[in-house]
Amino acid sequence: MPVSYFLVLSSLLFSIGIYGVLARENAVLVLLSIELMLNAVNINLVAFAALFKQSGIPGQVFALFVIAVAAAEVGIGLAIVILIFRNRQDVDLDEMSLMKW
Amino acid sequence: MSGFELAAAVTTKRGFVIDFMWLVPLLPFLAFFTILFFGKKMRSRGHSVGIFAVGAGLLISLIGFAELASGYAQVQRSWTWFRISTVHLQFGMNYDFLTALMFVVVTTVSLLVQIYSTGYMNDDSRYTWFYAALSLFTASMLFLVIANNLLQMLVGWEGVGVCSYFLIGHYWEEKENSSAAIKAFITTRVGDVGFMFGIFALFFAGHTFNIIRLNHEAQTGQLHGSLLTVAALLLFCGAAGKSAQFPLHVWLPDAMAGPTPVSALIHAATMVVAGVYLVARMFLVFTHAGAALNVVAIIASITMLGAALLALVQDDIKRVLAYSTISQLAYMMAALGVGAYTAAIFHLFTHAFFKALLFLGAGSLIHSVHSNDMADMGGLRKYMPHTFRTFIIGSLALGGIFPLAGFFSKDEILGEALRSANSGTAATAWVVFIAGIITAFLTALYMTRVCIKTFWGEYRGHGHPHESPGSMVTPLWVLAILTMTVGLLGFPVIGPFKEWINVPGQESPGFSAFYNVILPVVSVGLAGAAIWLGYMLFYKKRWQVDILAGPFAWMYRLLVNKYYMDDLYTKGIVKPVQYTFSKAAYWTNQNVLDGAINGIAAGTIATANFTYDELDQKVVDYAVNGAAGLTGASGGLLRYIQGGNVQRYAAVLFASIAIFIGLFALTSIVHI
Amino acid sequence: MEWFQNGWGVTLATFLPMVGVAAMLFIPPAQDRLIKLVGTIFAGLTLLVGIVLLFQFDYGSAGTLQLGTNLDWIPQIGSRYHVGVDGISLPLLELSVLVCFLCTIYLWWHVPAPGKIKALLSLVLLLETGMNGSFVALDLILFFVFWELVLVPMYFMIGIWGGPRRQYAAVKFFLYTLFGSIFMLLGFLAIYFKSGATTFDMVTLRAQAAQGGALGSTLFQNLTFLGLFLGFAIKVPMWPFHTWLPDAHTEAPTIGSVLLAAILLKMGTYGFIRIAIPLLPQAAHDFAPLIGILAVIAIIYGALCCFAQSDLKRLIAFSSVGHMGFVMLGISTLTSQGINGAIFGMVAHGLITGMLFFLVGSIHERYHTREISDLGGVLQQIPRFGTLLTYTAIASLGLPGLAGFWGEMLALLGAYHPAIGLSPVLFRILMVGAGIGTVLTAGYFLWMLQRVNMGRVPEKFAAPGRIFDVQRLEWFAWTPLLVLIIVAGLYPKMILSVTNGAVQALVVHVGAALHAGSTVALH
Repeated sequence: MPVSYFLVLSSLLFSIGIYGVLARENAVLVLLSIELMLNAVNINLVAFAALFKQSGIPGQVFALFVIAVAAAEVGIGLAIVILIFRNRQDVDLDEMSLMKW
Repeated sequence: MSGFELAAAVTTKRGFVIDFMWLVPLLPFLAFFTILFFGKKMRSRGHSVGIFAVGAGLLISLIGFAELASGYAQVQRSWTWFRISTVHLQFGMNYDFLTALMFVVVTTVSLLVQIYSTGYMNDDSRYTWFYAALSLFTASMLFLVIANNLLQMLVGWEGVGVCSYFLIGHYWEEKENSSAAIKAFITTRVGDVGFMFGIFALFFAGHTFNIIRLNHEAQTGQLHGSLLTVAALLLFCGAAGKSAQFPLHVWLPDAMAGPTPVSALIHAATMVVAGVYLVARMFLVFTHAGAALNVVAIIASITMLGAALLALVQDDIKRVLAYSTISQLAYMMAALGVGAYTAAIFHLFTHAFFKALLFLGAGSLIHSVHSNDMADMGGLRKYMPHTFRTFIIGSLALGGIFPLAGFFSKDEILGEALRSANSGTAATAWVVFIAGIITAFLTALYMTRVCIKTFWGEYRGHGHPHESPGSMVTPLWVLAILTMTVGLLGFPVIGPFKEWINVPGQESPGFSAFYNVILPVVSVGLAGAAIWLGYMLFYKKRWQVDILAGPFAWMYRLLVNKYYMDDLYTKGIVKPVQYTFSKAAYWTNQNVLDGAINGIAAGTIATANFTYDELDQKVVDYAVNGAAGLTGASGGLLRYIQGGNVQRYAAVLFASIAIFIGLFALTSIVHI
Repeated sequence: MEWFQNGWGVTLATFLPMVGVAAMLFIPPAQDRLIKLVGTIFAGLTLLVGIVLLFQFDYGSAGTLQLGTNLDWIPQIGSRYHVGVDGISLPLLELSVLVCFLCTIYLWWHVPAPGKIKALLSLVLLLETGMNGSFVALDLILFFVFWELVLVPMYFMIGIWGGPRRQYAAVKFFLYTLFGSIFMLLGFLAIYFKSGATTFDMVTLRAQAAQGGALGSTLFQNLTFLGLFLGFAIKVPMWPFHTWLPDAHTEAPTIGSVLLAAILLKMGTYGFIRIAIPLLPQAAHDFAPLIGILAVIAIIYGALCCFAQSDLKRLIAFSSVGHMGFVMLGISTLTSQGINGAIFGMVAHGLITGMLFFLVGSIHERYHTREISDLGGVLQQIPRFGTLLTYTAIASLGLPGLAGFWGEMLALLGAYHPAIGLSPVLFRILMVGAGIGTVLTAGYFLWMLQRVNMGRVPEKFAAPGRIFDVQRLEWFAWTPLLVLIIVAGLYPKMILSVTNGAVQALVVHVGAALHAGSTVALH
């Protein structure tokens, strides 16, 4: 299978992720969209790793890193979301603009 | 042989006590701490410690003096205080006759004053502190005197200054008293700054702080030229401040706000002579410093006349004595100015006793009538016989009446001045001589006035005056006896004083080489005339009858003929002296000199307010706040970018990335 | 004790307070007494280390750096953990450990509002690490780290425990000092790159400076010096960079003012002596007249401002401006007398002004006001306290026999005869100006004493029993300072014999560098 298939799939996933991050108001969905983007990157990494198998560049390692980091990120992100929900009974991102001056 | 410096090495005879003279300042210094920390717990409230320390000091001083007088070597000792590169400061002792004499004077007067104060200060709420301060003062004064180098001297010098500050302001509940204390400290400090710069100048020219070496270098010409003159004049600034010479004399009359024993000890007998002592110590520097001694002589002449005139119009008995002290200090300075070293020191010596006597006598009067004002006294002769007799002895000594102490010393000065004037060795000697003669006259006059106003006439005050207790009367009599006897030490030709005190390095005594019999006759005559004048002025109305019967009957005949005598005295001499001249002098003192100091103080505060309010707060600080404001304003503009919406940030992020990718792609295409 | 001599003693003195901070994290905030005990113990242990250092120090060779260590720290840029003490830094280190210990004792007596003793003591200990580190660091980057470390605790100390305008004062202090530090860092980097970008080590850089001309053109050197000058001068503070000081002092809590006056200000003057002058001797020589002029302006100006003050604490803050002027005048002469006098003056000012701020703090605790016009008759009402105030004020105005005198005297002595190449006429004018300053100083201190200490007790304070005399804990905290003031005054050798060797080496170094520089310029 040509590598371009995987790249197209990954671009689609990434774009869906961007859409989700920018357009959704619910913080949980935004976090999920970020996961989508990360996984799009993972597909890319694995695809190129398979392509450049002979040159000995082990891209899968990075994919593993990304998965680990993503897990940590979701853990902290959800913790924050839960705390916000406890304080505000709401996770609407439009309402959360406390970090401005 | 350079005389004095090697003298110690040549004379091998060493004393027993003389090596331990540093004990004399140390004892009162330890007494100070003992009284300060434990005094309140003692039964005597501290005075026993102070009196014991200074009493022991007096004993040691007398033995030390006796050892010196019997031919033991003078002592030079020093230890390193600190050393940084070329600056080697020593902590030393220099015990020669001048030091020994000062030791005896300081310890004697201090002892008597402390005994006297057990009576005078008995009811004082700060009795213990008073004794602690007296001990510290005594220690500082002795430290100043024994110093073998100028910086060490400066330490003692400022030490006595601060004790003077404490003691002038002893009754600090009243603002005038603490103001007087501040005035004293600040005025002398102005002189002290000059003194310090003089020390620097001498140090860098002579590479030492050591007094004897500096004198030696001045004598041998290693120190010379205008630098030496400037240095000597700067030293004189310090001396003028401490010894209350024109134009820095204004503090001393105000210093009378302190307790009277303090005035006797500090502002008559010891601290104020430190300036004279300094000039005497550095005498060879002054004699080789071009016009410096002439300046000393002129300043002293101005001071002695001005102060004596002022003393005539005072109603406060202590102020009369204060002006008198200024005038007598100027006498000593003037003597030094014409080169009469021995005479100056002799006058310093005798003056300490009779002026302390007068102050303590005045204290006894004040203790009795609870007022300083002579208008509240009068007729006290009857109530206070001991005070009366001793005070009269002191007054006669100050007036220069034979054979009391003041007569010998004052005549030596006038004689030396006349000799210098005749031989033309000092250009200013005539000025000094004339000023000295007039001052002698005025001195007798104002003392007559004081005596008449206090002891004769009717009692004008409140309550019942009484003689002071024995603790106060005894010191008076001791001082009175000393006043009657110490003058004989300087008896012309046979007195031993000239053997003791000489210009350092000079073998020939600079004393009594010239003795003119006419001069003492004239001066005693002048003093007598002054007393007579005072007698007429302040006294005649009530005592006409007695005058008739007394030896002054011929004077009475002149007075009866009022038309020419009284008019002449009143309008020609008395009125101008009593109202015009003295008032003018006093006006100048209060308005021009004192006013200048007050004006500077007011101006300083105004400038300070301006500097702070306008310059600091509005200009300098404004610039700083302005810079902060600018930063804040620019930040305020930037804050609009930060809206707080996470998704808007993300959108900007992605858009930026897209733009960068686009640019990257574009440039790749172009380059390929 | 070999480990101690090989540099760990100095390191211990620096980081032991930090260990104290860590220990304190484990104590619950409610345990007041335990917190105070731990804080005092750690400050006391640091003082003990300081005392042991005094015995380990070789006074015969005070000019060389001793008891030091030199380890790899950031090898990529050539920055090393290089610490050590010599005759210049030892007195200041000792001052720092002593004053910090006394501050922890004072906190037993009184904790300023709003309490939070744990946080306050932690900040004191953290501050101590920063200050001690600044005095022992021999690497520019290390020095900079400690220098900046000091800012943070002091900022919070003023900002949380301060007076009514504490936030303004804290921000002003922080920003102003930080502003200077930036230029100082730029100066450090300029020195680093010009010297070949191999080392930040002060000793090595100083040796290079002795060769003369190693740092490029005169203009470049002067610009570099200007950077360092800004950093240090703001910290001192020199006129006209002093306006943060009165605000910071007025608003800071008592121990904050004490630490600020006693030690923080000394970091600026120490920077001149340790870094700016030895590393850039020629530029220092060029700048000396300017520094001297600014110093004398500070002396007179500070004194005049003191006359105008109505707040006692602010008056003493302004007096610091004048006193540090004397220190800077001494440094600007570039002579042995002047710089020895400057270090003596730094220590004396630390003892005396630290003590004055303690006293003012205690006045505020008793009378709840610092307005001079509200006070009066202190000597009558609480005589022991009044006596201490008199004693310290008299020491501060430079009375011989007490500590304040020798620093001023030696600075003036140096100014009479400045280093070769400096104008004696200018410096003698400066000397006279400073001499007038001493008279003014005496004037405002005595006037202050007259208004605060003397006179009668005002009606509102007259009720018996309300105003109490010196307390036992106050005696504990103050006695060392009071004793040292008179001991240093009577026995100045105590400090001067330590400093002289190092200062002598510095003066010789500057002279040699100037000479080398002039020969290089000729070629």
